Amino acid sequence: MTTAFRYVGKKRRTKEGPRFAAGRGRFVADIALPQMKHVALVTSPYACARIDRVDATQALAVPGCVCVLSGEELCAAVDPLLVGVDAPLVKRYPLANGIARYAGEWVVAVVADSRAAAEDAAEKVQIGYQPLPYNVDAEKALDAAAPLVHPEHGSNLLYRRQFVWGPVAEDFARAAHRLSFRARWHRSATVPIETFGVLASWDAGRQILDVWASIQMPKFPDQTARALRLPGSAVRVHFDVDVGGSYGVKRGIKHAVLVGYLAKKLGFPVRLIEDRLENMRGGDMHGPDRIFDMEVAFEADATIRSLKIRALDDVGAYAGRAPLQLGKPVGAIVGPYRIGSVAYEPIAVLTNKTAQEAVRGFGQSPTNFALETALDRIARHLGMDRVEVRRRNLIRKDEFPYLIPSGTTYDSGDYHAVLDKALAAAGYAELLATRDAARAAGKLAGIGIATCLEPSGGNSAFEPLFNPKNETTTWMDSCLVRVDLSGSITGVMNTSSAGQAHETLVATCVGEILERDPDSIRVVRADSLVALPSNSPVGSRMAIMLGGAAAGAARKVRERLIAIAAHQFECAVEDIEYRDGHASLKGAPAKRLSWDQLVEIAHRKFHLLPPGVEPGLQEKFVWQVPTGGMLPTPEGRIQMYPCTAFEAHLVYVEIDRDSGRPSLQRYVCGHDCGVMINPQVVHGMTYGGIAHGIGAALYERFAYSDTGQLQSQTFMDYLIPSAMEVPALRIVDHCTPSPLTTFGQKGSGEAGYLGAPAAIASAVNDALAPLGVAIDELPMTPHEIWQRTRGVRR
Amino acid sequence: MEKKHAVAIEVNGKILRAELPARLTLVDFLRDEARLTGTHVGCEHGICGACSVLFDAQPIRSCLMFAWQADGHRVTTVEGLANADGSPSVLQDSFCETHGLQCGYCTPGMIVAAHALLEENRAPSEAEVRAAIAGNLCRCTGYQQIVDAVLLAASRKK
Repeated sequence: MTTAFRYVGKKRRTKEGPRFAAGRGRFVADIALPQMKHVALVTSPYACARIDRVDATQALAVPGCVCVLSGEELCAAVDPLLVGVDAPLVKRYPLANGIARYAGEWVVAVVADSRAAAEDAAEKVQIGYQPLPYNVDAEKALDAAAPLVHPEHGSNLLYRRQFVWGPVAEDFARAAHRLSFRARWHRSATVPIETFGVLASWDAGRQILDVWASIQMPKFPDQTARALRLPGSAVRVHFDVDVGGSYGVKRGIKHAVLVGYLAKKLGFPVRLIEDRLENMRGGDMHGPDRIFDMEVAFEADATIRSLKIRALDDVGAYAGRAPLQLGKPVGAIVGPYRIGSVAYEPIAVLTNKTAQEAVRGFGQSPTNFALETALDRIARHLGMDRVEVRRRNLIRKDEFPYLIPSGTTYDSGDYHAVLDKALAAAGYAELLATRDAARAAGKLAGIGIATCLEPSGGNSAFEPLFNPKNETTTWMDSCLVRVDLSGSITGVMNTSSAGQAHETLVATCVGEILERDPDSIRVVRADSLVALPSNSPVGSRMAIMLGGAAAGAARKVRERLIAIAAHQFECAVEDIEYRDGHASLKGAPAKRLSWDQLVEIAHRKFHLLPPGVEPGLQEKFVWQVPTGGMLPTPEGRIQMYPCTAFEAHLVYVEIDRDSGRPSLQRYVCGHDCGVMINPQVVHGMTYGGIAHGIGAALYERFAYSDTGQLQSQTFMDYLIPSAMEVPALRIVDHCTPSPLTTFGQKGSGEAGYLGAPAAIASAVNDALAPLGVAIDELPMTPHEIWQRTRGVRR
Repeated sequence: MEKKHAVAIEVNGKILRAELPARLTLVDFLRDEARLTGTHVGCEHGICGACSVLFDAQPIRSCLMFAWQADGHRVTTVEGLANADGSPSVLQDSFCETHGLQCGYCTPGMIVAAHALLEENRAPSEAEVRAAIAGNLCRCTGYQQIVDAVLLAASRKK
């Protein structure tokens, strides 16, 4: 199938590369408007406190300070930000509204001529706090006596539901073996190197708020306008801003509402660029923080019958889309395995911690970690090889399309082939010998394995699943393709990007259909007032959705060119041969209209156009997510994302006994995401996902003290892997095309991250197994590992 | 008003003269005064390396230095590493060839660090490349294609 393509699947440089390598990107902090003012934030030092008094007198006396904005003023003037579940009294505003609910929450915004002056003035703001009781333990937060984060809501329980799909009780009763365990995924996030930033400018003459923001956020313009009580047509978000990494977290609604309000109030352009401290504790970008209580029922031959998963997630003090991260895994709740029934109890709990936001995989990676831990425990329980346990349970190639108990159909795959490729590439037999030799030499050595899914195509079906009042059943994306009078092609996309090479994607897909060199195709971004609908690059969806929309629009352009030629040659459209942008009559190559001639007719020669064809040469295409469009059944069965990619990770680790430091010495990832539109782009994101997974598995944690203070607020204590912690990575490709997409592509934006934490945990636990020690918590920091091995060291 | 200090800093081959407050960091000077926005700010505490520039040919973090400390010194930013005609250097082109970048935010710092390495060591090993960029954090690439880029540039320069 791949050989049929001219540009898709071929090695190609990105369109974005040259500007970034030259240092000529345009990030939000690079945009400076005349008379622009700068924001600094005063944050709460308490886990929970009532704000009794804000005295700005001294702050306003600082040279250059133009405004000190309190939460009291702001919260009266804007509407609360959207909550993803049905909890209207869990109100979130950009600044604390009377009560600060976590340490680091923004309480006051200070505006000045420079960021330095704003910081000076922020230090002079006097705030009177009355500390209040708080809770920082998600399990205790459900006790009747626990202090409430939002007393109006009446409970710290934000969302809970018991799903039962299939005969769980019967399957558990019948199975020969049962295991239960707890797995813990501590709070971490994607932590992009660029913090969040936003610049807003109010045009009083036109009554339009212009916004430039570092975002990756569905429906960002709409939500910003609603909170500011403006019509949607009064907020113009400029998507041609380069975003310095996001991987899920750059939602930025509260930032945009704050800065939009200030710009409108003050009549100056206002910019907020978070510093790292504001970002780490108050940027509302922490990820899932989960306790999994797992039960699994299986037979003596390792066949898994049923699963019970209770997932308790500490979402922090407020709720945007974060609780929905418990919903997405419903679409891959059995992983790549043939498991006939599942009980799933997602529980979202409020605590006095930084609010959670979307993180790469939207809850799938923690779930995969819990599932893979179950597979490893079954292997250990039965004394069976971990690879063999997976082989026996993986869905077979001939079973696709495969319907899982929770209602999603997996589109395609060949999981055994990918696993075999990964095992071969890693030299599994040799790796076992290496491990055993290392152990014989007194080392702690282990092999990790994980076979995981990456659902892709992002349709947001968890919204109606988790909130019956929300009937969102489309999550479309769009593209406009225009050919100008000179014959140049421009693709117009409708969202910003954070490094996913979307300009290259659009150019490649349009070039493929129109048979024109992608290097000659320009790709630009609309602003939100001229944009077609987009739901932004979330949920590993753009290769499928933007690629599909770009191809769809290009196909309509191509059809129009063919219609023009057919009219000219007085033949049927079927008699026209289209090649390289030129159209000729089949069997009569002399009857040919070149690209330039066709464009000329479309743009200038109405008298030569077929009747009913509009002049000019432009087409839009708005694509509904394949298979989407339905509300959930009463039992909570739903088709989540349309496509499922598969990854098989193998990793070899040796652990230094004296420091607990694990060293990853071999890393192989077998990967099948269907047809890769640009293999190097896919590989790059997969490498990056693995590196991020190494961080989540071994180093990164937003740790809180018992008093609710965030203890990892800088890069000196929140440890991001460097090139020394990330080993050489090897990816082995496999291609099972998706039957649902334009070119057979699946998504891959979350690849690597969805399996790496599970695989590394598996490796560390294999290394610790001879000591009779196991760790079921991530991150397994070197210190944690060292503590677990201490006392059992020979 | 804050007291200002006269400085003359050679930036990308041009002498820039300015009167600056003592507390202005070098990176803020480069970005806000010299309008060289290729140098990025990531953490402002010397860990991430996004603000790396060459200071008298040595890679340093421009968030940890005051601008006045650069008085009389030579600073080279990513914009100064292109060829004289503005075309990408071999190293910059190699980053494009191997996809050694994604979002582009850490990229200028990476290129500065890699440039400094290749000036000192024309044929680095993979381990030496990793060590040279270990002070520059990247969240997109997992470093693999960055390492590939630097090794490719080294081989092309031979």
